[in-house]
Amino acid sequence: MSVDAGDTDSLAVLLSKDADVLIARWVALTSAPLRGKVSEAELTRECRELFDTLVAAVSTGSRDFQDPAFVEVRAALEELSRNRARLGFTPSETVVGVFALKRAMLETSGQRTGDTGLREVIEFTLLLDTLGLWTFECYARAREEVIAQQAEQLLELTTPVVRLWDGVLAVPLVGTLDSARTQVVMEKLLEALVETGAEQAIVDITGVLAVDTQVAQHLLKTVMAARLMGAECTISGIRPQIAQTIVELGIEFGDITTKASLADALLYAMRRSGVDVVRKRAQVG
Amino acid sequence: MTAPTGERDELVIAGDEDVVRVRQVVRGFALRAKLSLVDQTKLVTAASELARNAVNYGGGGQAVVELVGNGRRVGVRARFADDGPGISDVELALTDGWTSGSGLGLGLSGARRLVDEFELETEVGRGTAVTITKWAR
Ligand SMILES: Nc1ncnc2c1ncn2[C@@H]1O[C@H](COP(=O)(O)OP(=O)(O)O)[C@@H](O)[C@H]1O
Ligand SMILES: [Mg+2]
Repeated sequence: MSVDAGDTDSLAVLLSKDADVLIARWVALTSAPLRGKVSEAELTRECRELFDTLVAAVSTGSRDFQDPAFVEVRAALEELSRNRARLGFTPSETVVGVFALKRAMLETSGQRTGDTGLREVIEFTLLLDTLGLWTFECYARAREEVIAQQAEQLLELTTPVVRLWDGVLAVPLVGTLDSARTQVVMEKLLEALVETGAEQAIVDITGVLAVDTQVAQHLLKTVMAARLMGAECTISGIRPQIAQTIVELGIEFGDITTKASLADALLYAMRRSGVDVVRKRAQVG
Repeated sequence: MTAPTGERDELVIAGDEDVVRVRQVVRGFALRAKLSLVDQTKLVTAASELARNAVNYGGGGQAVVELVGNGRRVGVRARFADDGPGISDVELALTDGWTSGSGLGLGLSGARRLVDEFELETEVGRGTAVTITKWAR
């Protein structure tokens, strides 16, 4: 590429001429498809910032997006994509701004007298294409992060640790347990034990479809950890088919207390913490 | 000899979420073969162990689940194959409580007890394939 560096770069000169008119048109073109999702002032700020970094990069004579000269352009686009992705914009709504610059240049070119060659113009549009692709990639990456975060939050939400009684915590496990979920549940239970100072914990697996060795190992480790913290942990709701499977697998629950139902486990936990539960005898008249 | 009855599913097993998917697919087949609740649970658990091993030790692999029949009974057959390091000492690997990692060492031996047929093929440096079958009673 044989382009002069510095202020004499013909493309930089062309861009800077009547820059305000160009930017205004650029903002207008970008704003239409966004239907007011971003304010005019905000868009102007974004476009102006991108424009300044772009002109600065181009005026070094480089047209190579991978060049160190474009570090700030890349950063500006990355930030823009990230914000758009987080706010739930579509990919088109995110990339539109980059491509709108081409049209803005075309539409305002009448006011420009630069004798830039065809080659120069094509080179610039190719550069803008690269910018657009980069923006799209940043957007996709940010979107994936958002989705992963949401999945994690969902995981947290679906694993409630509940207080059944003063000093008695319970966590009901439901559905298909993968090892990540089991791990989260167990960590939350241990944290809750610390926070509340509860001395009885119940892990209820009534709603669990299958317990394999990895899930069993998580359960065993939790019970041991709870013990070290001075709490007693009961496992309740082991259904017949799961009990048979566990036995055949060869898993030993050792001296861990197990109860058939959550109700039995609660009664046990209450008694262990000194609460006596008695049935009132019906009054005989 | 057993003749396949046509229904078959192939799944890639690469991570934790695939192990969960394998379990769900196997449960679906177990329901169609009308396995009892206990047998469903045993088969699903065995499948979970083998899929997990393929991920943990085999670097991921493939599962094939199918409905099979032998003229008298129907059943579910599942094969878990990987291109991992293979198992150099099969007897040791099938010993209750032996693990090369930090597991309970009950996956392979336990899975064998949970099903009606259990076949393990392995070659060091080539990979491991375990095929299990559970028949409806
Ligand atoms: N697909 C496999 N590829 C290579 N090695 C395996 C495979 N499956 C099992 N093994 C070996 O056999 C051992 C026992 O497996 P398993 O009984 O499932 O117990 P665990 O998974 O708890 O280690 C494993 O620790 C591992 O060394
Ligand atoms: Mg295992």
